[in-house]
Amino acid sequence: MPRVVVDVMPKPEILDPQGKAVLGALPRLGFTGVTEVRQGKRFELEIPEVTDDALAQIEKLAETFLANTVIENFVVRVEEPAK
Amino acid sequence: MKIGVITFPGTLDDVDAQRAVRVGGNEAVALWHGDHDLQGVDAVILPGGFSYGDYLRCGAISRFAPIMTEVIEGAQKGLPVLGICNGFQMLVESHLLPGGLLRNDHLKFICRDQKLRIENASTAWTSAFTQDQEIVVPLKNGEGQYVADADTIKRLEGEGRVVARYLDVNPNGSVNDIAGITNEAGNVVGLMPHPEHAVETLTGSGTDGLGFFTSLAEKAFA
Repeated sequence: MPRVVVDVMPKPEILDPQGKAVLGALPRLGFTGVTEVRQGKRFELEIPEVTDDALAQIEKLAETFLANTVIENFVVRVEEPAK
Repeated sequence: MKIGVITFPGTLDDVDAQRAVRVGGNEAVALWHGDHDLQGVDAVILPGGFSYGDYLRCGAISRFAPIMTEVIEGAQKGLPVLGICNGFQMLVESHLLPGGLLRNDHLKFICRDQKLRIENASTAWTSAFTQDQEIVVPLKNGEGQYVADADTIKRLEGEGRVVARYLDVNPNGSVNDIAGITNEAGNVVGLMPHPEHAVETLTGSGTDGLGFFTSLAEKAFA
């Protein structure tokens, strides 16, 4: 079954306290060279068939439900499952 | 007056809110998230808690509960609605109030007696206070950092729609120390601290929260 992935990320201008905490932990763990971490969410939606209607509906559900567009951005993309 | 308190799956503070309504001299009506019925109440409280375990985002799933259709429709026509903590999160998710609520900037859950200044004493829920009155009520949240874009903040500040502001400490990183806001009409108020836990001397930090539950009656009989 085709998989549609919705990535939700905090808007660039919004502070991301969780990403900041992860970034802060990196040097303590001996990982260097990372200058920025932002934490978001990934949703995997299985649909029977990729159609314009189905994608339009996912776009809508992402906008109204999966993401809060006041504080988050989202991207919808189709991902074929590994055979 | 009849004030409805809605219980969602995972709500914690509905019973305290009902009690506060009664202590404030009003009749408390228990409402259920799954009904399409406000039972003719004069006002609604969305109480605190962790509805739906805060899954997805705090308040994001509750915002689509059946009864929220009636709440949103009512609020747009002037029905007084008070959202406390998780209720405030539902109000921003419903777009009845602008902005959003993020994880506290320090990432820890916080529970403390919090000093506030009531900066708008003319809303449906704050008219029992005097302008700029300072009160202390409990605050307990993990995701109470109020944020909004610069234009929205400018508008809220310019129109006097910041209802309550944190004093002494900003407990969660909220922009401009904002603890609560109202909509343009002043009937919808969202508040992160918990006035319903401060209505009797026996428990809590005092009785400073009572004004939120007596304002409606005072306004009606004014």
